[in-house]
Amino acid sequence: MLSGLTVSERQLSLVVLGLLAVCGLAMIGAGRNDDALGTHGFIVLGVSLGLTFLVISRYFDPEPSQERLSEYYDDPTRAGIILAMVWAVIGMFVGVWVAALLAWPDLTFDAAWASFGRLRPVHTNGVIFGFGGNALIATSLHVLQRTSRARLPDQFSPWFVLIGYNLFCIIAASGYLMGLTQSKEYAEPEWYADIWLVIVWVVYFLIYIRTLQRRKEPHIYVANWYYMAFILVVAVLHIVNNLALPVSLGHAKSYSVFSGVQDAMVQWWYGHNAVAFFLTAGFLGMLYYYLPKRAERPIFSYRLSIISFWGITFMYMWAGSHHLHYTALPQWVQTLGMTFSVVLLVPSWASAGNALATLNGAWHRVRDDATLRFMMVAAVFYGISTFEGSFMAIRAVNSLSHYTDWTVGHVHAGALGWVAMITFGSFYALVPWMWKQGRMYSPKLVEVHFWFALAGTVIYVFAMWNSGIIQGLMWRTYNDSGTLAYSFIDSLVAMHPYYIARTVGGLFFLIGAVVGAYNIAMTIRMARAAKVREEAGTDVPLPRPVATAMQAGE
Amino acid sequence: MDVDHDSLVAFAKSWGLFYLIALAAGVLVYVFWPSNRKRFDRAKKSILDKDDRPGE
Repeated sequence: MLSGLTVSERQLSLVVLGLLAVCGLAMIGAGRNDDALGTHGFIVLGVSLGLTFLVISRYFDPEPSQERLSEYYDDPTRAGIILAMVWAVIGMFVGVWVAALLAWPDLTFDAAWASFGRLRPVHTNGVIFGFGGNALIATSLHVLQRTSRARLPDQFSPWFVLIGYNLFCIIAASGYLMGLTQSKEYAEPEWYADIWLVIVWVVYFLIYIRTLQRRKEPHIYVANWYYMAFILVVAVLHIVNNLALPVSLGHAKSYSVFSGVQDAMVQWWYGHNAVAFFLTAGFLGMLYYYLPKRAERPIFSYRLSIISFWGITFMYMWAGSHHLHYTALPQWVQTLGMTFSVVLLVPSWASAGNALATLNGAWHRVRDDATLRFMMVAAVFYGISTFEGSFMAIRAVNSLSHYTDWTVGHVHAGALGWVAMITFGSFYALVPWMWKQGRMYSPKLVEVHFWFALAGTVIYVFAMWNSGIIQGLMWRTYNDSGTLAYSFIDSLVAMHPYYIARTVGGLFFLIGAVVGAYNIAMTIRMARAAKVREEAGTDVPLPRPVATAMQAGE
Repeated sequence: MDVDHDSLVAFAKSWGLFYLIALAAGVLVYVFWPSNRKRFDRAKKSILDKDDRPGE
C-alpha cells in the first residue's frame, strides 16, 4: 500500500510522523507526574516510530506509475473496511461484557479497569467511533470518487485521516481503561485527543472539498451532501462541546468552560447531534448510494431526498434539549426541543419511505439477496426508531421513559437495526467490488449473519422495552399512604431476567459480526489467491472451488 | 452587551420562525425549479453506470 505513495508524499509522511513523534515525547515529558498523559505519550511515540520504519522500508520502492491517475484510489477504503470490522468485533465484545456485568456484577474480577464505568465508554466509543467512524471514512471516500468521477486529490491525506482517526480511537479507549474521562457522553476523550481529532477532521473535510472541485459530474450527488453535513457539523459540535481548560499543560484532566445548565445544554446539543450527524447523516449517505446501486434501480424520488436532507440538517440542530426535560433548563427551551423532535419525523420518514419505495418492484431481489435485505431492514429500523425517538421526546412520554432502559432500547434499535445493518449491507456490496471478486466468499454466511443480526436486535430491543417500561412504572407507583410503592432495589430485581435476555441478544449480534468479519477476511484471501495465480501464470492446479453446496463423495 | 432572557426568547420565537420558513421555501423552489429537473434526473441515473474509472 505504501508503494502507492509518490516519493514526495513519502517524504511528507516522514516529516509528519517526525512531528508526531516529537508530540509523543513532549507528552511523555509533560506527563511525568501524570500516568495517563505519559502512557498516551508512549502510545503516540510508538505508533509514529512504527509507521516511520514502515515508510523507510518502502522508501526506495519505484514510484507509482502515471496510469494510477486513470483509476480511483481505493487503498484507504480497503484498509478502512478492515479496521471497521476489527473495531466492530472489539466494541461489540465489550458491549456483551458490560451487558453481562449488569446481570452478573462479579464479572469485574476486582480489577479497576474492568469496572462498568470504564468498560461502558470503551463499548460506546468502540462501536460508534471505531466501527461506525471507520465505516463512514471508508465508504465516504469510495462514494465521493464514484459520484464525482474524480480520483482523490492525493495519496497522503486519506491515510493521514484514516490512521490519525484510529490513533484518536486508541487514545480514547485506552484512556477510559485508565479511568480518564471528561464525563461528557460520547465526548469522553480529554483535551489533547480532542485537539488531535480537530486536525484530522479538517484534513478529512479538505479531501472532500478538493475532490468535489475536480468533479466531472455537473451535480453533486445527494449522498455527498449527507457525508459533507456529517463531516462539517461533527467538526462544529466537537469543537464547541470540548471547549475546556486543562488543569495544566502537563496534566490529562481538563474542565469544561461551561458550567451548570449551560454545560448540560451544550453537551446534549452535541450529544443529540452526534446521533443526528454521526449516526444518521453519514449513514444516510451510505443508504442513498449503496441501496440504489445494489438494487440496480435509481432512487425513487431524487427531489424528496434533497428535501429530507435540508429538513434533517436544519431541524436536528434544535432537538437536543429533549434530553433535559424536567431539569433546570428553561421550559420554553425544553418545549422547543420537543417540538422540533416531533417535526423531525417528517424528513426522517421521507428518507425511510424513499428507500423502501426504491425497492418496490425489486422485492424478489430483497428475498434472494441477504445484502439487499440488510439495507431494507436498516431502512425499516430507521423508520421505527425515528418514530420512537419523536414519541419519546414528548415531555409526558419522557417522564415515563427517561432514565430507564427504554432509552437504551431506543438507542440500540437505531444503532443495531439501522446503523450496523446499513453498514453491513454496504460492506457486503462494497467488499467484492473493492477486492475485484464476483461475490463474497460465502453468500450463505451473509445469510447466517443477517439472521443472527436480526434475531439479536429483536431480542435486545424487546428486552429493553419491557424492562424500561416496568422500571418507569415501578418508579412512579405510589401506595395508599402516598409514598413510593417500590424501592430502587425492587426494580433492579425485576430487571434481572431482561438483563440476561439483552446479553443473549447482544451475543447473537456479536456472533453475526464475527461471521461477517470471517467472511470478509476469506474474500480478501480469495482475492490474494487469485492474484498469485495470475502472477504465476496458468501452470498451477485449479484450487478447490469454494462451493457452498456439498459435492458428491464429500 | 447584556442579553436578558426575555429578549432572547423573543428573538428565537420570531426570527427563528422566519428563517426556517425562508429556508423551507428556498429548498422547495430549488427542488422544483424546472431547469433543475435535467441535472437531478442525470444524477439519479448516472450512479448506476457500470464504468468504474474517473472521468477524462
